Amino acid sequence: MSISRRKFLGWLGAAGMGTALGSTANAASNKHFSGYPDSVGVLHDISRCVGCRSCEAACNKVNELPPPDQPFTDLSVLDTKRRTTPEAHTVVNKHELAKTPVFNKIQCNHCLEPACASACFVSAFKKTAEGPVSYDASVCVGCRYCMVACPFEVPTYEYNKAFTPRVMKCTMCYPRIMEGKLPGCVEVCPKEALTFGKRDDLLKVARKRIEKHPDRYIDHIYGEKEMGGTSWLYLSDVPFADIGMREDLGVTSAPQLTAGALSGVPLVVGLWPVLLTGIYAMTKRKEKISQEETAEAVSLAIAETEEKGAEKLSAALKKAEKDKDMAIQKEVKKALEEVKKTFEEARTQEETQEEQKEEKA
Amino acid sequence: MSEESAVVTGKKPFVPGKSLLTPFNIIAGIIVIVGLFITVLRFTKGLGTVTNLDDNYPWGIWIGFDLLAGVALAAGGYVTSAAVYIFGMKRFHSAVRPAILTGFLGYALVVFALHYDVGRAWRLPYPFIMQQGTTSLLFEVAACVALYLTVLFIECTPAPLEWLGFKKARNIAVKLTMLLTIFGVVLSTLHQSSLGALFLLAPSKLHPLWYSGYLPVFFFVSSIIAGLSMVIFESTLSHHYFADKMDETHMNEKEGVALGFGKAASLVLAGYFSIKVIGIAVDNNWHYLATGYGAWFLVELIGFIALPCLLYAVGVREKNLTLIKWTSGLAVLGIIINRLNVCLIAFNWHLPSEDKYFPHWMEIGISVFIVTVGILVFRFVVTRMPILYEHPDYKDSH
Repeated sequence: MSISRRKFLGWLGAAGMGTALGSTANAASNKHFSGYPDSVGVLHDISRCVGCRSCEAACNKVNELPPPDQPFTDLSVLDTKRRTTPEAHTVVNKHELAKTPVFNKIQCNHCLEPACASACFVSAFKKTAEGPVSYDASVCVGCRYCMVACPFEVPTYEYNKAFTPRVMKCTMCYPRIMEGKLPGCVEVCPKEALTFGKRDDLLKVARKRIEKHPDRYIDHIYGEKEMGGTSWLYLSDVPFADIGMREDLGVTSAPQLTAGALSGVPLVVGLWPVLLTGIYAMTKRKEKISQEETAEAVSLAIAETEEKGAEKLSAALKKAEKDKDMAIQKEVKKALEEVKKTFEEARTQEETQEEQKEEKA
Repeated sequence: MSEESAVVTGKKPFVPGKSLLTPFNIIAGIIVIVGLFITVLRFTKGLGTVTNLDDNYPWGIWIGFDLLAGVALAAGGYVTSAAVYIFGMKRFHSAVRPAILTGFLGYALVVFALHYDVGRAWRLPYPFIMQQGTTSLLFEVAACVALYLTVLFIECTPAPLEWLGFKKARNIAVKLTMLLTIFGVVLSTLHQSSLGALFLLAPSKLHPLWYSGYLPVFFFVSSIIAGLSMVIFESTLSHHYFADKMDETHMNEKEGVALGFGKAASLVLAGYFSIKVIGIAVDNNWHYLATGYGAWFLVELIGFIALPCLLYAVGVREKNLTLIKWTSGLAVLGIIINRLNVCLIAFNWHLPSEDKYFPHWMEIGISVFIVTVGILVFRFVVTRMPILYEHPDYKDSH
């Protein structure tokens, strides 16, 4: 297979397009979204939580979820590690650390720029201006990409429903908030481990607590910057990694992770057709030129052969003519000679006859 | 004589007394019956009854194999038509129709499989008719797959139209070839790469050796390998089972197709190998290679990328068609393993092994059922329509 320069250039262009696609995720601007103003959130002070599961019970009640297998008063369920399920929007996990057990509550963190909303191809998830991340089951197709995308492993799915399966997750009690009420879990917490308020205020509260008790708290507000920031914030007296909260999530928000790939779309749509048509045109032109060249070469060859043929023919004709002439001349000469001979013979005969006559006479 | 006329008209000669109960048909029949049984279960009892999916693993083999691997393996359509119509490699022309048919069936089956996987299948058009989630790469994938399925359908139509004798419609479809080819390459570039980009959202869940900003490039480049290898692989199988349907041109070009595509696949594999290594270097992930996941990554990198690259090169150099055919199988397997790695095996690598996913037998049953349906439809088409041979009325019309 021989590769012409033109073809090679075409391929090179195609390869260049491919690499242009892979530019790493970077939003096209330096804009940074730091949450809707005055949006609300919850501050969870892990050092205050005693693992009574009241929040779980309240959540179950206000969201009208099915009753659990074991009652909420049964604290033995804390011995096994749990995650959110379609029947439980929030769960408390116990972590046996050196000093005392530490409890942390899991629920939707209501990201400022949610991965689920970024992932959803029907926009079923929305970050509301009030703070909660809402979900609209009436458009949900059930692709479950939101569950793949969520870095906190929060959304769950009703796998056992055949006709109306939904994604289930904490709503921050959005309907209650709109009525001016507190979220179910916050309202019921006996230790004030949960504080509801504007996110900006909660950050200030958290910072003050760290300032006041630097020996008690880890100097980090979990959720302030994780994955671009969340509406649910955490304070802890033990390292977050020790109680199953990932500290390797980074501060990049979900939309920024895919911005690079998405910005490649107009690039491909705009450049590929031009490039491909160009390659096609070059291929066509090359074909046309080679066809023309072939045709030219063929006609040239034919012409040459014809010319040679004609020359040969005329030479042959000339030769034939000459031969013919010569033959004619020869014949004529021969005929003349014959005539001459005959004439001479006749004369000699006459002479002899005359001589004989003379002799007789 | 009768066989010859059968090839020309494309009609299967009726052989009285020849039983339909061949071993293949019996096995295929059992698979289809089991598949239909699981289908009923799936749509009456829900996903929970037939799958091992859970809240940590919302995507199982129906996404990892049926969608991700399926779309990659159906790339033969755009790769072959681009080679022949855009890059002008006319000597591969006889490979176009089987490749387009395989591509169309592949995509059709991917969409078919999606109906099993999504929670409410009847809502699949919702992203287009209800609300557009344009921030989602899945929206891009959905839009491109829907459009490309349409493109492949039109590209496929000349064969059935020739079979049915609709000359005018057939000629219109053929005139669209160039436009459809370019459109197909654009759409394929977009969604093949976007399938990889789907996982850009989950840097905390996918193992760093597989997670990379280059995921879209990896998926796109490897789809070319999958496409090229599938053409060789499919042609090998077709030659084995449908040799009586192939015309002289197809037979003559077959060897050239295997050599040409094998050579191209070797080159692309070499490039793919390089960018995979660059991917590790860019994120400085070398230290992970010494872990268990690192060993598995090296198996993929060396056993399923470097090795087929080398074997293809040797096969082409020595004109060893048997080696090229086996290598195409190895390369195809490598792409399947890659997609399963990204979607399942290296996904949720931080979870303890007891929380990892393993497919339910009924999930595997549906995947096998769908592949079987694909083979049956392929057989139905190539034994009737001008796919492996040119229709006598349209010879030299391309």
